[in-house]
Formats: sequence, structure tokens, C-alpha cells
Amino acid sequence: MGLLSKKDAKLITDPLSDDNPITIQVLGICSALAITAELEASIVMAVSVMFVLGVGNVVISLMRNIIPSKIRIIVQLIVVATLVIIVDLVLKAFAYELSKTLSVFVGLIITNCIIMGRFEAFALANGPWRSFLDGIGNSLGYGLILILVGFFRELLGSGTLLGYKVLGDPIELTGLYAFGYENNGFMLLSPMALIIVGLIIWVQRARNPSLIEDE
Amino acid sequence: MEQLELFFKSIFIDNMVFATFLGMCSYLAVSKKVKTAVGLGAAVIFVLAVTVPLNWLLDQYILRDGALVWLGPEYAQYDLSFLSFILFIATIATMVQLVEIVVEKFSPSLYNSLGIFLPLIAVNCAILGGSLFMQSREIETLGLALNYGISSGIGWFLAILAIAAIREKIRYSNVPGPLRGLGITFIITGLMAIGFMSFGGMLTTSGENEEATSETTVSKTEGINKEKNESTQIVEVSTIKY
Repeated sequence: MGLLSKKDAKLITDPLSDDNPITIQVLGICSALAITAELEASIVMAVSVMFVLGVGNVVISLMRNIIPSKIRIIVQLIVVATLVIIVDLVLKAFAYELSKTLSVFVGLIITNCIIMGRFEAFALANGPWRSFLDGIGNSLGYGLILILVGFFRELLGSGTLLGYKVLGDPIELTGLYAFGYENNGFMLLSPMALIIVGLIIWVQRARNPSLIEDE
Repeated sequence: MEQLELFFKSIFIDNMVFATFLGMCSYLAVSKKVKTAVGLGAAVIFVLAVTVPLNWLLDQYILRDGALVWLGPEYAQYDLSFLSFILFIATIATMVQLVEIVVEKFSPSLYNSLGIFLPLIAVNCAILGGSLFMQSREIETLGLALNYGISSGIGWFLAILAIAAIREKIRYSNVPGPLRGLGITFIITGLMAIGFMSFGGMLTTSGENEEATSETTVSKTEGINKEKNESTQIVEVSTIKY
């Protein structure tokens, strides 16, 4: 990382593992769970959040000295809402089908706690470049979990990845299906998203015992 | 009849937490104790009951395609629905602020119990989600919108109450280290969501008579209790294994 100093690089790498927004900071769960039945939707969601968080962090960071602290929540909400409208209109224009699948969850990026959480915790106290890196890092960490969950749910639930039939054809009985394999339709239902995230948390904390909570 | 159907549908079948995962962040963060969970749940019901009808009016008379026609026929071609996110969230943020001020003025005791939760609520996805679902499901009358707000709030309340009760109990169980806290909460919520899915078959026909609905409500409340016990049992069994 010649471009970034060590401290700046940490801003990007930390949220990917030990400070992951979903599994450690517990932010932005709603959208992470609802739209992950397909890998494609997860990727689009991750990219949208990256755009909103990256740009939003910079905007808030530039305005941090002129926002009165009493009304900062409303100011932040307006900034996010504007960015989300852009995302929504772009999706409707270029990927109409997908925007139907994501339905209200594009709008719910506004109240995605990751965004408000990062604004409050980081952008209000740091300069634009560092805030931008923080935004990108956190949305990467968020996207990573989303894509992981989407990958498992689509692969096990419908036997496809991004719509390609990677496990063979269930009707013509090719590939794995020739051996009597069947799709687990349960993976497509919403509760499994919760359980998969639970398992991801389990694996992560088992690998790094310092993250274990003592309740 | 329509009202009753919507009421039970939004509490059980389309439960905000278990079917659409709205408000998960505060659901996970504030469910450590039953007492605080009740406070937040009550605040959510309250705010949803205020904001959903308000946003319904906004949607009906300002935002949707041709909604401005009451200003005069020349305004009929305007479609402002792209503004709905920003207007909805502005309404919610101001209403939350307003509710906070009013409650503080008139009922200090309620303010003390709800107080800290109210600012949290402005950024709770359940609130904005309520308004957005109200818009996308095309709820027809103001009364139904009010009903939708209250009943989805009750659904959220039930969910957070249940998980808080389970988490209070689970503190005495020997959960494997890495799962402790967040991990096991996720898995319990998943199991509860599976339980709630069984409500899905209940209101399939729209022409049910009064009697049938009252019967289903009884079985529903039983279902919840049973399901609560079940999920605690499952957890207990799984802890014994380890």
C-alpha cells in the first residue's frame, strides 16, 4: 500500500475482520438479512451502500464544523436521503428488475445504522480523506458479510450463483443432481439468513477468542 | 373486517422483525433486559402510530402520481414520488423531536421511561420501513394506515419482548464461548422466525367470518407462548450437547 500510510490502510482493513460492522459493531443488520437470498442482489446492495457511505462520509466530514450539534441528526438524514434517492433512481433506470427485488430496502439504506453510526463515530471528528477511507472500509466489511451470506443462500437454496446453474440442472438431472442431490429451499426463506450470520459470527469469534463477549 | 385482517396480518404474518428484519439494530442492542425492551417497544408503537398516518397523508396528497390535482387540474401531471424518501424521513425526524418535547412537557414520568429511546427511534429502520411498506402495499384509507402503524408496532413490541425474556434466561446457560451474546441471539431469532412462519397460512382467504378470526387469535396467542417455550428448550438442549 504505497499510496496509503499505515494508519490510513488500517482504516480499510480493520472493518474487514476485527471491527466488522455487522458481526462486531452490530450495525446495518436489517438490509444484510432481507436481501441476501440472491448473490446478485447482495452485490448490488453492497455497492449501493459503498457509494452512499463513501460520499456521505466525505460530505458530513466537510460540513462537520458548521453543523449545529443539536440538529445534526436531521442534517445527516437529509444528506443520506439525497444520496439514496440518487441510488434509487439509478437502479430504476439501469436495473429495473433488481430494483423491484430490493423494493423498499433501497430506501432503508437511509436508516441503515452503519451509515449513521459511521457519521457519528467518525466523519464528525475526522477530515474528508480519512472519512472517505473509513466509509469505504466499513462498506467493504459490510459487503463482505452480505456476499458471504448471499453466496451460501443462493448456492444451497437454488443451486445457482448469479443465476448460473453451477451445480447442474435440477430438471434434466445433470451435475450433482444426477446423484440425487436436492436444493434446500429452506435456505431461501428469511430465517436462514439469521442463522447463517449467527454461524459466521461463531466462526469468526472462534478464530479470534479476544472478540468473545462475556455476558 | 378488513381492519381486523390487516391488524393480525401485520402483527403475526408480516411481523416486522421476523418477516422483514426491520429494526434489527435496536432489536439486538436493547434486548438485554425486559424492562428496557418494553420501553423501546412502547416508544416504537407510539411513533409508528403517529408517523404512518402522517406519511400516508403526504403520500396521498403530495407525492403520488397526480396527487397534486387538488391544487387545480393543471397540476395533475406531476409525480413527486421520487421525493418520498426525503419527505418521509424528514417527517419522522421532526415527529420524533416533537413527540419528545410534548411528552416531556405533559408527562414527565412517561418521558423518563421513554426518554432515552426516543432519539434512537428516528434512525430505527422499523419506523421508515413502516412508512415505505405502507406506500408500496398501497394501503387505501387513513384508518387502515393508522391500523397498520399500530399493529406493526405491536408486532415489533412482541418480538423484542420475547427475545429480551429469552436473553434474560439464557444468561444462566452454558453457551459455547464464541456464540455467547450476539451469535446465539441471531440463532434464537432465526428459530423464532421459523416459528412465526407458521402463522403464514392463517389468513389466506379474505372472506373469513367473525368467528373464525376470533378462533385464530386464540390459537395465535397460544402459539406465541408455546413457541417461546420451544425456543428456550431448543437452546437448553443445544447447550447440553456442548
